[in-house]
Amino acid sequence: MAGTAHREPARPDLAVSIWRGDAGGAYADYRVPQRANQTVLDIVTFVQREIDPGLSYRFSCRVGMCGSCAMTVNGRPRWTCRTHVSKVAKNGRLTIGPLANLPVIKDLATDMAPFFQKWQAAKGVFSPSKTRHDAIEPIKPSSPERVAADAGVECINCGVCYAACDTVAWNADYLGPAALNRAWTLVNDVRDTGGKERLRAVSAAGGCHACHTHQSCQQHCPATLNPTASIAGLKRATVQAWLKGEIEP
Amino acid sequence: MNAYLSAHRASILWFAAMAHRLSGIGLAAFLPLHFLALGLALRGEAALEGFLRWSDMGVVKLAESGLVFLLVVHLLGGLRLLLVENFSWRSGQSKLAAGAAALAGLVAFLFLIRVL
Ligand code: SF4
Ligand code: SF4
Ligand code: FES
Repeated sequence: MAGTAHREPARPDLAVSIWRGDAGGAYADYRVPQRANQTVLDIVTFVQREIDPGLSYRFSCRVGMCGSCAMTVNGRPRWTCRTHVSKVAKNGRLTIGPLANLPVIKDLATDMAPFFQKWQAAKGVFSPSKTRHDAIEPIKPSSPERVAADAGVECINCGVCYAACDTVAWNADYLGPAALNRAWTLVNDVRDTGGKERLRAVSAAGGCHACHTHQSCQQHCPATLNPTASIAGLKRATVQAWLKGEIEP
Repeated sequence: MNAYLSAHRASILWFAAMAHRLSGIGLAAFLPLHFLALGLALRGEAALEGFLRWSDMGVVKLAESGLVFLLVVHLLGGLRLLLVENFSWRSGQSKLAAGAAALAGLVAFLFLIRVL
């Protein structure tokens, strides 16, 4: 309307607790003004820019692509750039901590190294069957293998599922939902040659057979993937390979 | 470092996994008692009779129906896992798990009514 200044209705400040320090740290309390369409990442950014520049956290794309902004918000792991405060604040309160199941470096920044080491241990790296000099292999999008691979391929490596998985918390060797989901996409990739070695890696101790089928990983995955289904696929594939004598127990 | 993470456990399937474990432990713990009863039968009628009279008490019957619950919930939970792990993925696992628990509760309740 012409001449009418757009003004947001006054809202009470949010009471925000943010983890400060390393594993032995504690929560510190802040008051942050509420805005319309505010995300949890906006809150953290406000605290760092306006209250304490020493606050450490990670983000990059702010649109749910890069997977670097995951934190624990009111007890649940979430991607903070796509999580609206209005959806998760309880009575005007927010508690924001680092992702669980990973070493805390400082404040909201965790060390993602174990997460990616397990990705490697699960043979989550593509082993090509062709070189750049070969013709591109035509892959039918509707083939069952490609459909299975496509179902898990949009992982953004955010670590949310890894933080939501109690088997990771209880078994330090467990490869975790993201690495196993990645392995399953490669098991279904007909261009890949690492099959047997990968099945061996994911069926060893700490592999797919350690999964308890909680589906916490699926329930929390912001990319709406279903690592539990991928892991069930690995369980079948490894047992079949074992029955055929292709891998040892 | 897990103190701040807990809300992720408030899910039917998390409880289903826990119920499967605990019912398994419960059933394993009951086995020695079961063998004791069988052993008493070997020792003679009087010993078994004494045991059976003890098992006639209301509280023991209640415990027995608890045992029936554990047995059925473990059986159905195990079947659900076999389904997940050996066949292609089916959605609606929460409903299946809740249904298994409800059915186990119903069977245990019917058992209790019959023995009381
Ligand atoms: S289903 Fe498996 S991977 Fe997913 S949370 Fe449970 S144990 Fe972890
Ligand atoms: S599977 Fe989902 S939750 Fe896990 S790392 Fe990938 S995108 Fe994140
Ligand atoms: S900042 Fe990239 S996913 Fe959130």
